[in-house]
Amino acid sequence: MLLKPVLMHIPDGFLSVVVSIILWVVTIAVVAYALKRLSAELGERQVPLMGVLAAAIFAGQMLNFTVAGGTSGHLMGAAIATILLGPWAAILVMTCVVGVQALIFQDGGLLALGANIFNMGLVGVAVSYAVYQTVKKLTGGRKWGLFVGGALAAWFSIEIAALGVGLQLALSGTSPANLAIPAMAGIHALIGLGEALITVGALAFLYASRRDLLEAGSSAPQGGWLVWAAGLLIALALAVASPLASANPDGLEWVAEQKGFLDAAQGPLYHIIPDYVFPGVSNEGAATIIAGIVGVLIVFGAALALAYTRRKRTAA
Amino acid sequence: MHLHFLDPYQERRSPIHAADARIKLVLALAFILTCALAPAGAWPAYILLGVLILVVEMFSELGVGWVLKRSALVLPFVLAALPVIFTLPGEPLFRFSIGSWVLQASQPGLERFASIVLKSWLSVQAAIVLASSTPFPGLLAAMRAIGLPRLLVAVFGLMWRYLFVLVDEALRLMRARSARSGYDQPGRRTGGSLAWRASVTGGMAGNLFLRAIERADRIYMAMLSRGYDGEVRSMPMPALRRAHWLVVGFGIALLAFILLLANLFKG
Amino acid sequence: MSHHSIEINDLSYAYPDGHTALRNVSLNLAPCEKAALVGPNGAGKSTLILHLNGILAGQGQVKVAGLMVGKDTLGQVRARVGVVFQSPDDQLFSPTVFDDVAFGPLYQGLPPDEVRRRVDEALAAVRMAEYAGRVSHHLSTGEKKRIAIATVLSMRPEVLVLDEPTAGLDPRARRTLINLLAELPITMLVSTHDMLMVREIFPRMVIMDEGRIVADGATKELMEDAALLEAHGLEKL
Repeated sequence: MLLKPVLMHIPDGFLSVVVSIILWVVTIAVVAYALKRLSAELGERQVPLMGVLAAAIFAGQMLNFTVAGGTSGHLMGAAIATILLGPWAAILVMTCVVGVQALIFQDGGLLALGANIFNMGLVGVAVSYAVYQTVKKLTGGRKWGLFVGGALAAWFSIEIAALGVGLQLALSGTSPANLAIPAMAGIHALIGLGEALITVGALAFLYASRRDLLEAGSSAPQGGWLVWAAGLLIALALAVASPLASANPDGLEWVAEQKGFLDAAQGPLYHIIPDYVFPGVSNEGAATIIAGIVGVLIVFGAALALAYTRRKRTAA
Repeated sequence: MHLHFLDPYQERRSPIHAADARIKLVLALAFILTCALAPAGAWPAYILLGVLILVVEMFSELGVGWVLKRSALVLPFVLAALPVIFTLPGEPLFRFSIGSWVLQASQPGLERFASIVLKSWLSVQAAIVLASSTPFPGLLAAMRAIGLPRLLVAVFGLMWRYLFVLVDEALRLMRARSARSGYDQPGRRTGGSLAWRASVTGGMAGNLFLRAIERADRIYMAMLSRGYDGEVRSMPMPALRRAHWLVVGFGIALLAFILLLANLFKG
Repeated sequence: MSHHSIEINDLSYAYPDGHTALRNVSLNLAPCEKAALVGPNGAGKSTLILHLNGILAGQGQVKVAGLMVGKDTLGQVRARVGVVFQSPDDQLFSPTVFDDVAFGPLYQGLPPDEVRRRVDEALAAVRMAEYAGRVSHHLSTGEKKRIAIATVLSMRPEVLVLDEPTAGLDPRARRTLINLLAELPITMLVSTHDMLMVREIFPRMVIMDEGRIVADGATKELMEDAALLEAHGLEKL
């Protein structure tokens, strides 16, 4: 039940340290700004509202419907959160959802959390907002514009975020660009369809029962042109960069190798030391064997210590 | 109905469980960072890190098998890294062909793949031990301690509190749906169209969100009734003692040492 | 005390959608008096309760513990009137029981030591001292209801107002709760359908119907008037 086909929660170990850190910095900056905007503008009722809606989106991600055979469609929720709450609150909500998934359920890594929040929270929300607002303006706020906008916002939020993931994996040297990017784009084009359908279904329900809620989220002046522009820029940038990267995987490999360059730069510093400190052990094979032996001894010792304390406890 | 199985926290009387949440969070993050910083192919370091987390798991009384079983979570994502065995240029190891495709594995490719898998596996174990040995309120305090803004921590806490309630509601909605999804004649195509099924699910999601919003109103009223004024207030955390700092210092020193070894003894 | 604990004078209220929920309601409760508010659903009982701590504001006067309920006195009013709502899940919103019971005193601006003392006091009053470290969502409904009362008692209010306290409880939890309410030496106004509880511990009964108070007097007498009870959706036991 906890395995969702949305392949976007990157575990630890798959992104290079450089990529992780850059995305952390961006995520922290944007979330901090979102917090400032929220505390300044909105009332006290926001804390319970954001908390419970974050829980609802987490729970909503468990709802599924059969697509074909054994596969099922699920919800990520950035689009619906943006439509209901506006972009800044939606960013906070998605940050909490992705955060709890990583911290408590190990759905996504802790170091990779910055990247995951960036993809599902920031990119997902910004792109949703840009698409939804654009369609709303173009259709003059008519009812069908609401649903088309919601569907498109949902699909794009998934697809663009997926492109981001593919690019990040390629930049980290984990996956070749000409495989990762098309694969992510292709799989999530279908998953995005599921997201669009569920989002429209949810919007239809809310439109029928509490139309005021739909108006509240999008008409507030909170988001403004900043998020709209960011969303548009991100979508365009990723849409352009991805096929380029995919067609020139060597270029990205070169970037990944620069990370190796960093490793190599540290090398000369350490080459002096081994022969003095560990004479005769600068050979990697020997080091591995020694580490293995030391390791076994430590584990053995720990097991003994544990057994001893347990015996003492039961005897007492 | 309580979804206890969703909550990873396992109550035990182990030194790991008793340790301060702030320390555990910092050390877990340091461990994962060490795994990330260790270069590809630094097998001695991976072994030592593996031993380290294994010993922690043993002392946590969570059951090494239990932790390892949960760590299988990362497996699906491993597929994403598999191609690198064949695409990274370097000393060729073996080759095989599928139809007209020729795949050639390289030594650096295999090394990088194995490193990714090991690093990922070690990191997730640390995260599992952290989440399973620390009650959530402790994690909230730890988040405040490392500097997360109070508003964010407050929203996080509220989300946690109602996570199980809402997941329970979602499961009940799905149970109601399946109770109405009967078949009477084998062979007859059932289930309606894809679009219909999706819209039913969407309606369930909308229902869930609506109930959540109305619940948020009631919670807000309860908060107001107890004097809530919009500011986030909480009790101060107990001060960290010298023993805490010593443990953190020792842990970080150990990890730094392993990292040093990793850089000394890589290929 | 020279004032009434609750003094409502000619209160009327209509919801934004036009529905008039309260019509010229007047009610006085003396300190340490225990009264039950009964009547059919939709009579306006919950709406009346929301006026007592200023969540709703209608036409007319509402005074609690001698204080006029208004925009600038909300903080003080809410410390003097403890309102316990029907659903305990919506009132236990903090990670642990301790945090929930500490919420009120914290927002009153009390120092940490005093907060801890109040929490211990309140949990002891509801006989749940061992529950301080527990996580709310693991508790049973009866336990949650008692904790919810503790979350309000920790503010040391003068008046306790409860909305349907025994709803949804099994017989044992209900008995525990009724005994608890009987013991608390505090002014109490309880909105309820549980007529057996009313007869047992509430000497005064106020019947509401369609936004008005239709009867207000000794429980023993009103309970005998079958015609009155039936006319307002209640049954004679």
